Amino acid sequence: MALQSENHNMVFRLVIITCAMFGFGFAMVPLYDVFCDITGINGKTNETAVVYSAPEIDTSREVAVEFITRTHKGMPWEFSATTQRIVVHPGELNTVEFYVRNPARRDIVAQAIPSVSPGTAALYLNKTECFCFNHQPLAAGEEALMPMQFYVDPQIPDDVTVFTVQYTLFDVTARADDPKSLDNPFLSGSNAE
Amino acid sequence: MRRLAKSALTACMMMSSGVYAEAQQAVSDINLRPGVTDISSQVYDLHMMMFAICVGIAVLVFGVMFISMYLHRKSRGVKPANFHENVKVEIAWTVVPFIILIVMAIPAAKTLIAMEDTSAPDMTVLVTGSQWKWHYKYMDSDVEYYSLLATRREEIENKYDKRDNYLLEVDRPLVIPTGQKVRFLITSDDVIHSWWVPDFAVKKDANPGFINEAWTRVNEPGIYRGQCAELCGKDHGFMPIVVIAKEPAEYAQWVSEQEEMRALAREEEQRLLAMNMDMSELMAEGERVYNAVCAGCHMPNGEGLPGVFPAIKGSNLALNDMPGHIDIVLNGKTGTAMQAFGNMLSLKELAAVVTYQRNAWGNNTGDVVQPKDVNAIAKGE
Amino acid sequence: MSNVADSTASNDATLDGHHGDAHHDDHHDHIPKGISRWLLTTNHKDIGTLYLWFAFIMFLVGGAMAMVIRAELFQPGMQIVDPNFFNQMTTVHGLIMVFGAVMPAFTGLANWLIPMMIGAPDMALPRMNNWSFWILPFAFLILLSSLFMEGGGPSFGWTFYAPLSTTYSNDSTGLFVFSVHIMGISSIMGAINVIVTIFNMRAPGMTWMKMPLFVWTWLITAFLLIAVMPVLAGAVTMVLTDKYFGTSFFDAAGGGDPVMFQHIFWFFGHPEVYIMILPAFGIISQIIPTFSRKPLFGYASMVYATASIALLSFIVWAHHMFTTGMPYQAEIFFMVATMLISVPTGVKVFNWVATMWRGSMTFEIPMMFAIAFVVLFTIGGLSGLMLAITPVDFQYHDTYFVVAHFHYVLVTGAVFSIMAAVYYWLPKWTGKMFDITLAKWHFWCSLISVNVLFFPMHFVGLAGMPRRIPDYALQFADFNKWISIGGFAFGLSQLIFLALLIKACRKQGEPVSDQVWDGAEGLEWEIPSPAPYHTFDTPPVVK
Repeated sequence: MALQSENHNMVFRLVIITCAMFGFGFAMVPLYDVFCDITGINGKTNETAVVYSAPEIDTSREVAVEFITRTHKGMPWEFSATTQRIVVHPGELNTVEFYVRNPARRDIVAQAIPSVSPGTAALYLNKTECFCFNHQPLAAGEEALMPMQFYVDPQIPDDVTVFTVQYTLFDVTARADDPKSLDNPFLSGSNAE
Repeated sequence: MRRLAKSALTACMMMSSGVYAEAQQAVSDINLRPGVTDISSQVYDLHMMMFAICVGIAVLVFGVMFISMYLHRKSRGVKPANFHENVKVEIAWTVVPFIILIVMAIPAAKTLIAMEDTSAPDMTVLVTGSQWKWHYKYMDSDVEYYSLLATRREEIENKYDKRDNYLLEVDRPLVIPTGQKVRFLITSDDVIHSWWVPDFAVKKDANPGFINEAWTRVNEPGIYRGQCAELCGKDHGFMPIVVIAKEPAEYAQWVSEQEEMRALAREEEQRLLAMNMDMSELMAEGERVYNAVCAGCHMPNGEGLPGVFPAIKGSNLALNDMPGHIDIVLNGKTGTAMQAFGNMLSLKELAAVVTYQRNAWGNNTGDVVQPKDVNAIAKGE
Repeated sequence: MSNVADSTASNDATLDGHHGDAHHDDHHDHIPKGISRWLLTTNHKDIGTLYLWFAFIMFLVGGAMAMVIRAELFQPGMQIVDPNFFNQMTTVHGLIMVFGAVMPAFTGLANWLIPMMIGAPDMALPRMNNWSFWILPFAFLILLSSLFMEGGGPSFGWTFYAPLSTTYSNDSTGLFVFSVHIMGISSIMGAINVIVTIFNMRAPGMTWMKMPLFVWTWLITAFLLIAVMPVLAGAVTMVLTDKYFGTSFFDAAGGGDPVMFQHIFWFFGHPEVYIMILPAFGIISQIIPTFSRKPLFGYASMVYATASIALLSFIVWAHHMFTTGMPYQAEIFFMVATMLISVPTGVKVFNWVATMWRGSMTFEIPMMFAIAFVVLFTIGGLSGLMLAITPVDFQYHDTYFVVAHFHYVLVTGAVFSIMAAVYYWLPKWTGKMFDITLAKWHFWCSLISVNVLFFPMHFVGLAGMPRRIPDYALQFADFNKWISIGGFAFGLSQLIFLALLIKACRKQGEPVSDQVWDGAEGLEWEIPSPAPYHTFDTPPVVK
């Protein structure tokens, strides 16, 4: 019957739209990341190392970068920045170090999550090396110094004179593949004790 | 018609400016407060402008409607007209509201841009929310502490009379200087919270793992109270914010006092490590600490909330595994609401609360935990 | 333009046989008896009735939870429930009222009315219609039973922000997610049915611009539903996998972002707001012309306004999240986009007033509710305009001002429009006039108590009372007492409505004419009262 097949056609099309919108819900996850990369909306930084392109260093300007270290709920590590504030010229390569120690009685794998404020500054913070790119394991009682190497893009807007980088350490032991097999490259040779 | 509209609007403006004058005297009960910063008073003005415009629109629309309801009733013998469109009128009432909107948007955008400009602060405070308290860390000096609800449980349970600042009082308020640009970096340890002080017109979400910024410059010394504004679990209603604004000189004095206190506290810790405290002292201190920081989840009777927060009464950890017990109090447990108290409580308080948990509510283990036992586990020995 | 007016003015269809090309008479006019009539029914009127009763029962259940909330907030201090249970009440109250009361009630009205209004014999997909209703009670049984789990039901607010709903929730979350999925499937099936019916089943001559506005608004609503309910399904699925299957969509530790949850949720959530109000606009646009005895003013602009509200609703979602920390450019964009919505909404209100202007009005119960709707919904709309202004929203956000705002648009807006619709069409459904004395009591008690209930919320909100708190500071005590009293009174007033509905379903009352109301026009008023079990077996011709 004409009407019936017309109805079924239409239902079919509407079901397709429904499924597409369900997919769109999930597509919002990568779309959101892209959107954040472009606008710096949530202050996320690059997740893999960039290559230092040796841009011209703008010695006429100074930008202060502040570092804040935090551990998330349930994460017992001691975590501190050896340099809490550094003044840099845009374009110049700098290295800062972070101290960690695992005082707990178990081995723990950590993941550091950076967040930059104001969020737009995140677009101009380029990290060539960072402990936050990988999981960081420490056995019970171990300590380490973890480096972070970065430069500030000379394109950074003039009104940004200071920005804050926060690292939060999360305990990701449960989701790390095998905590034993991961070696911490920054381990400071001997254990704390 | 237009003249009528205009005069109606002016009348409303006048009415609401009457409200305005009154509201500034009696801050409080029915209106937004002008607050104590330039921004907050701009926000208040925007609010009053919006209110006036809205009242104006409402009076106009409802006025026409009620006049029509009076005049054009069937019981008055009115025969209905039959018009059903008028392009000119329809365009007019699309365009005019549009223009009003633009007029409203411009000052709002200006204020907004000023609010979001966190550059060049005089000082910075890191504000961290967690279930259900705030932590303040002064980035420019060695001062940091937790700020907890100070209202007594008996008041909440209606056993004692409620004091004046019921639910709006904390043990250690945030202290900031007046006349200086104070930047707040806001983040969270667990779920989303929101740091709100109405008098500053500052409300910013604390997102776990992410950092947000806000700022204020307080004009008048005083005590300003706010609350967490984002549902953050069971005791969302019980994590107030109190900020004391002091003159810069007084503030500087307060900071040096705080730094001194911290140094003293550290010495005291060292001294404690060599001492043994007795059971009754630990139990008394432990009960105080337990009721202040643990009872929110594990309940005053130690039974927790089944399915949400585990019981301590009769639990294996509290009856047998003492190092494990100290460890979980110190370091918390990942993926649960159990947080690390190692940074929040002193060694003495930690020792006391663990002792209390191991001996209260029929957990009669007889164990006495000393500050040095806690220290040993904290140092990973 | 002029034929548009003619259609809305007259719609004088002739019930003329032999135009049905696609319909043969396989209907029999006997009505099945007993429980299987309701379980197996594919009749749009039966299903409409089921939806409406279900919605009303859910309204009472959700209302009972609101009574618990208001009893606890009657005075400062914790008296009746503990904070954890209080949070469960606010959460489940919200979920039930949105997904269990308002949305099913509109679907019920759509089932009853759309076929009758467009001259169709039934919905296009009657069997799917049956399923889409009957899975609904199970969804709510699951949700309600989760309250009896160890640790209680969902307690993270109906907006279920992560990570409160993931890492920090108890195991009732699984049931919550499952029940939201079922609710979503039900409303998507309902929406598909409405769209197919309106596209394919219109009587000859029922052109697009002759359709009654209730049909138009529901068509647009149905498109909104299939656009955003799947997004909600996606959001709850992500919550489920984050909690139980180790994904980290919203967990910063695994590279996720809790704020992204809010973006996804409100991408659904804001159109959802219009899902709950557009059909209300349709209802009011049917009722006001009837009792003004004058055609609707600006029919075409009403249609365009509805469509533009629906489109704009997709680009304003972040106004729910101004405090989450966005660059000010984004905040200004969402502020302006939000303010723009007030233009088409304003057009609607102006059109209703212009419809009343120089009409010949009478004030029967449906008209009373419609007028209350116009006034109180406009108050809610204006407070919404205030909320759009970002810098001030920082002060309003998550306070009782917001609670006042959305209860004005949802209770005195959506719920009042549903009540208006029930009073308007009930005589057509039962063939008897409802008990007018009870109806007047219901109207006046509701009107007064609802304002005692929600108006002071503006004040406590501005004075600084956050929402979703089980206990509050002393300066809010006086208003909260009044709010609670208003709440109890509004709750009790609905028992009058229940009594009236029971009387109406027992077919008590004076018989009514086919037209029922003096000025009523449209196809549904040309069939006999009560509406026979099968209508328009042969389609009417709309001139």
